[in-house]
Amino acid sequence: MSAGQANRFGFVINPSRLIDYDTSDRKVREYITLREPSFTLCFACGGCTATCTAGQHTSFNLRRMNTYIRRGEIEPLREEVTRCMLCGKCLLVCPRGVNTRNVVSVAAEAIRKLERNEL
Amino acid sequence: MKSTQLHIMVAGGGVAGMEAAGTLAEMGYRVTLVEKGDEPGGHLLQWHALFPDRRPAEEVRSYLRKRIEHRNISIITKTTVEKIRHHISGLEVNLSGGTSEKADAVIVSTGFDLFDASRKEEYGYGIYDNVITSAELEVMFNRGRVAKADGTVPSRIGLIHCVGSRDEKVNNNHCSKVCCVTAVKQAIEIRKMLPSCEVFCFYMDMRMYGPYYEELYRESQEFYNVNFIRGKVSEASVNINNRLVIKVEDTLAGRPLKMELDIMVLMAGMEMAASGMKLAEASGMKRGINRFLETTDHHYGNNLSGIKGVFYAGTCTAPMNITDTISHARAAVAETVRYLNGR
Repeated sequence: MSAGQANRFGFVINPSRLIDYDTSDRKVREYITLREPSFTLCFACGGCTATCTAGQHTSFNLRRMNTYIRRGEIEPLREEVTRCMLCGKCLLVCPRGVNTRNVVSVAAEAIRKLERNEL
Repeated sequence: MKSTQLHIMVAGGGVAGMEAAGTLAEMGYRVTLVEKGDEPGGHLLQWHALFPDRRPAEEVRSYLRKRIEHRNISIITKTTVEKIRHHISGLEVNLSGGTSEKADAVIVSTGFDLFDASRKEEYGYGIYDNVITSAELEVMFNRGRVAKADGTVPSRIGLIHCVGSRDEKVNNNHCSKVCCVTAVKQAIEIRKMLPSCEVFCFYMDMRMYGPYYEELYRESQEFYNVNFIRGKVSEASVNINNRLVIKVEDTLAGRPLKMELDIMVLMAGMEMAASGMKLAEASGMKRGINRFLETTDHHYGNNLSGIKGVFYAGTCTAPMNITDTISHARAAVAETVRYLNGR
């Protein structure tokens, strides 16, 4: 919708918040699952996110990031992966033994490749 | 009185009834096992494999069949127990068809009915071809082929937890306990049978309460790439490509999610059996707010009916797995013998 239309009616249409699994892009997920197979073990307890220092000061949320990767929601990932400092505290907490730090590293790598059209 | 002279009726020939009858017979009691179907076995007759180890259901069926091969047991099939009455010389048990038998004690093991999935209209069971129940999926496993109604191979299957359980809208606030682990077991079986088919479990909570259940859940993620999405599916429809479309909130992402499926499997919960309810009404047996039979105490009296000589075994009292059902049946026998010895 153009700004002109918005001005005319005084309303804008918000973009859809729907996750459409049939159009979302799971290339990043495949990339990570191949390189860090422990990624599939996450059961979304949020332990990593509770202990995360970056998460105390930014919107970084590893638990939610994992969910986005699984659903193929790439857009929110682009900024998310830059917030992690790779300190690895999350590794100590994870009850399923997910190599959480490497998940973030590999996700960042996948995003870089995606931006260079290499994925 | 010697045990051989005492007669115990067992109402219902599923897992609980068979185990109770076998245990009593072994101890020397004369037992009559009354089964409403063509043969004893209950819901287990249709099942392909059992959680958590995915052993063939036939192994447990054959154990139970051997259990009731005993000269002290007579089996009456195609018959239900209609009413239990106190009589001057003990109990009188009325059977469908108008006959009755005298008994010194009765073990009620009328079991459960599977929730009728068509009551959750929004899921389209009975309307859309490719919406099936967990029990129907087991039948597909038995036949060795999981396919869409038109015979084609599915590329994505969704298993919907809590259908008819934890749902006030169908008057079932209770949890059926076994559906979560059944879904995980079935998800693994699909992935083994059709490695290129994606499988999704839609759950509210994963209630992996038994030994090795949680391990099975982990195994499903680690080795079979089963996907789990936390959220209750609100509705299903069919699109122009004849695929099911479901709506759910991905509660971990905090966003609504839409997905196409080839087959949607409804994990139908457990309800008090209609035949058991009829028997309870006729015989003055109390039922809880979940409609299952109410025992005298949840902790230490959960085989006791509060009626002299009448005891409960198995899922007529609450949803339970096979392991717990067998234990509960043995405990019902212990209570029955204690009662008979103390008379």
